[in-house]
Order: sequence, then C-alpha cells, then structure tokens
Amino acid sequence: MDLADGMLREYLPILIFLAIAIALGIVLILAAVVLAVRNPDPEKVSAYECGFNAFDDARMKFDVRFYLVSILFIIFDLEIAMLFPWAVAFKDVSMLGFWSMMVFLAVLTIGFAYEWKKGALEWS
Amino acid sequence: MIQADLTLILPELVLALFAMAALIFAVYAGKDKLAAPILWLTAGLMAVLAAWIGITGEGSRTAFGGMFIDDGFARFAKITILLSAGAVLVMGQEFMARRDMLRFEYPILVALSAVGMMMMVSAGDLMALYMGLELQSLALYVVAAMRRDSVRSTEAGLKYFVLGALSSGLLLYGASLVYGYAGTTLFTGIIAAAGEGQAPIGLLLGLIFVMSGLAFKVSAVPFHMWTPDVYEGSPTPVTAFFATAPKMAAMGLFARVLHDAFGGVSADWSQVLALLSLLSMFLGAVAAIGQTNIKRLMAYSSIAHMGYALMGLAAGTAFGVQAMLVYMAIYVTMNVGTFGFILTMERDGQPVTDISALNQYATRAPGKALAMLILLFSLAGVPPLVGFFGKLYVLRAAYEAGLAWLAVAGVIASVIGAFYYLRIVYFMYFGEEGEGLDRSRASVPAGFLMASAAVMLFGVVNLFGIEGLAQAAAAALVN
Repeated sequence: MDLADGMLREYLPILIFLAIAIALGIVLILAAVVLAVRNPDPEKVSAYECGFNAFDDARMKFDVRFYLVSILFIIFDLEIAMLFPWAVAFKDVSMLGFWSMMVFLAVLTIGFAYEWKKGALEWS
Repeated sequence: MIQADLTLILPELVLALFAMAALIFAVYAGKDKLAAPILWLTAGLMAVLAAWIGITGEGSRTAFGGMFIDDGFARFAKITILLSAGAVLVMGQEFMARRDMLRFEYPILVALSAVGMMMMVSAGDLMALYMGLELQSLALYVVAAMRRDSVRSTEAGLKYFVLGALSSGLLLYGASLVYGYAGTTLFTGIIAAAGEGQAPIGLLLGLIFVMSGLAFKVSAVPFHMWTPDVYEGSPTPVTAFFATAPKMAAMGLFARVLHDAFGGVSADWSQVLALLSLLSMFLGAVAAIGQTNIKRLMAYSSIAHMGYALMGLAAGTAFGVQAMLVYMAIYVTMNVGTFGFILTMERDGQPVTDISALNQYATRAPGKALAMLILLFSLAGVPPLVGFFGKLYVLRAAYEAGLAWLAVAGVIASVIGAFYYLRIVYFMYFGEEGEGLDRSRASVPAGFLMASAAVMLFGVVNLFGIEGLAQAAAAALVN
C-alpha cells in the first residue's frame, strides 16, 4: 500500500508536465482568438494552390497496393528488429530460443507465401 | 520441460497448424473451389478438439511459466467456443456459397480466431491475454469486412477495427499501469501485489482501464456503440459467429482476469461490473424496441444478455461464475438457433432482415415458426424454458451476494425486453397479410433451429447436466 503510493508520487512530475502542456496549448489557441486581427474576404478564404485556382478535391484515392507494400515492409522491418537482439545474444539463447525464432520465421513465411501466391504483389 | 508445455497446448497447436496448412494448401491448389471442403474440415476438427478437451482434460496445470493455464474453467469455455464456432461455420456454408461469398479464407480466419479465443480463456499473464485477444480480434475484423463490394460490410469492418483498436489501446494502457504497480505481468504476481480488501490506487487505475477494454469486447454499455452497426453490416453467418463464440471467450477472459489477478479486491471491481450490467440490461431492452431490422435487434438483445452475464460476475463469488457460465452456454445455444432462423429468411434468393417480412409466417411454415417461438420465449426468459433458468441463476447469484437491487433491476429489464421478442411472435402469428418470405430450402440452418428449440424445451429436465460442469469449472477458477 505505502510502496504503491510512494511510486505514485514519483509520477508527480509527469502530472505537472501534463498540466503545463495542456495549459500552454489552451493559452496559445485562445491567444489567437483574442489577439489576432480577423478581416476575411472571399479571396482570402478561398483555396489557394501556387497562384492558380485549385483543379480538384485535395482528397484523392490511393491504390490499395501502396498500403499492402507498406504493411509488408513494416512486418519485415519489425522482424529484423526482433532478429537483431536474438542474433547478438545468439551464444546465450538455448536451442529453445533458436527454434522459437525458427517457428516465428516459418509463420511469417507462410503469410508471405500466401500473399505472393494470391497475387497481391503484382502491379499490372 | 518444453515437451510438457507443448503437450498442454496441443489442442491450440493442432488448430493453428491446421489453419496454416490449409491456407498454404488452398492458395496453391484450388483457390475458392476448396472453400466448402475446408469449411467442413475446420468444423469437424473443432468438434473433435472439443471432444478431446472434454475427455482428456483433468486437473489444473500451467505451462510456459504460468502464462498458460489449463483448468476446468478454461476447458468449459473452450468446449463452448469450439462447438459454437463449428456449428456457426456449418450453418452459414450454404448461405455464403449461394451468394458467391464463400472464400477459402473464411473458415481459416474463423479457425485462427478460435485459437485466439482458446488462448484468451487460458491466459495466465497479461501478455498471453493480449496475444490471444489480438489474434481473435484481427481475424474478426477481416471476416466482418469480407464482402468487399458491399458498403455496409466494409463500414462494419472499419468501424469494428477502429473501435477495437481503441479498446485494445485502453486495455494495453491499463495493463502497463498494472505492470508498473505490481512489477509483474503474471496473474499470480498481480494477485499478491493487489493484496486483500482494497487495491492500491495505481493498480485500481490499471484495473479500471483493463476492464474498460474488456467491456468493449463483450459489448457492455457504455462501450457498446459498435455492436448494432457491425451486426447489421456483416454477412449474416459472420454476425452469427460474432454473437456466439467471441462473446463466450470475452466473458471467460473477463472472469479469468478478475478472479485470477484481482480476486483479492473483488469489492473494487464488483461495483464497476454492477454498473456495466445495469446499463447494458436497460439499454439493450429499451433500444431494441424501435428496431425493424432483425440483425440490429439481435445486437441489442446480445447487449442485454451480456448485462445479465455480467451480473453473475458482479456477484464476485464462485456461484456467480457458475451462473455466468451456465448463462453463457444457454445464450450461445439460443443464438445459434435464432441465427439459424435468420439465415433461412429470404425472398427471391435475397436475404431479408426486415421484421415485417415475418407477417403471417406461421401459416406458411408452422414448424419453423413454432421453433422460433420457443427460442424467442426462451430469449425473453419466460418460464418454463431453459432461458428462464439462466436468468434465475444470475439473479440468485446477485441476490446472494447482496446485490438485491441489481437483481430487481434485472427482472424489470427482462420484462421490458420481453416486449420486442414477443412482437416478433405477434408478427409471425397475427401479423397482417403482406409480402412474405419464400419457402426456404436451406436445411442445415433449419436443422440447427429445430435442435436449439428442442434443447430449450427438453433442457428444463436437468439442463443436460451443465450445472455440475459449470460448478466444477467455477470451483477451479475461484478459490
């Protein structure tokens, strides 16, 4: 009980930091409302694109394959991030550690083989 | 050492390996032609595993340094999960095949989510808990959005994913707080750090966040908002799946965390659960009244039912856990039958979910109408059907734990809720003559409907001995 309350007190700086961050954020936003000069006219508030009128909507559709490739990248990126400490400590991990990683890689490979065979990587 | 651990998780291992092998085989061999055989194989394997767990399981053992617990409680939940998942798979096969929705990924994703659910109810550690939960949820997000060309289905998938991610975030934040104050993620360590009586304030904060995350998963009010849209937008067989196995798994996980990790401070979480239960029962009962879509109605119905199951947990006793398990087993059985009926609702080959289409249904299909009538009465908790005994159990658990006010509220909510169940009966028997439903040829869902109705009718004799099993399961969890 005492131990936990003591630990709670150690987080006090974070609470103070949060309070200051929120207060500062509110002050900055409110300052713009209170101090700024506002004098809108149609030219000022219309969309502006490097000197000429906007062609079309700024929101456009991306090909879903961009996401697929980026997700694939993240998966294998994380895999490497996991392999590094494993490789560095390779002398100390037991056979169990070795085979655990092999199983993990096998599961990843199954997912990759599925994605490849499904045709998700073809850009025709 | 590792051999003993692996033997203990053999059912999970078999199902996971089967899912991966089926995935690779199907994508290289036959694509979607193999969907139906894989689906039947998956359902068969689930039934075999359920029997295996039921026959060979004994005692309480742990594996992987306490991260995985195999006890009576886990086995009870696993058998319910596997059987209901298998039943729902088989039930929806024809529906999906006829509408060209049957992809071979569907049974594989259901199998993987079942592995996640089995991990959830066996978790003995916050990390094992999270792993099981995410394995389950990620597979469910995908099956919710399985009809990629349907706006509603993709909306359901996206909504489910965003809100599910939010709830996982809440749960993880709570887990990190619990770890910070307990110094361990193992449930056995947390229960020692929490002590008896009142939890330290930091642990309490973590507990509340973890409970909020789990309340999302069981769709308890005020964390229910995703349920109606996801139920409505997903293909009906997927909705049937959402309403059964994942609910059992999430309730099992809820009970597991509260009793194994926070069993000493039950007074702290009991009041939170009582509030969740009260709100769920009333919102589920009142909000369903205005629904015209039967899938949305079943969503609110499941919210209300989760309220009753949480009432059992709120009691904080072994009898409360037993009541929750009995209630969930009955709830899952009823929902399998009810969704079997919804799967047969069609007109000109198109699925119909409008309740008014049931007008005068009883004159066209008296057998199915009667079975549905029994199920609806059971869902409403009308004696002497089995659904009544489920409610009686949780009410007794709450009353004996000194939550008499909650029990009274539960009775009032069930009276309000009876209205919308009986309205469907009214439509079926006394509705106006109008454009009705086609004569359905789907025999498998109708079979499940009849079987489920028969269980509701004949189960009143001894509830098929489920009380004793639930009692043993609860005794394994609470001590």
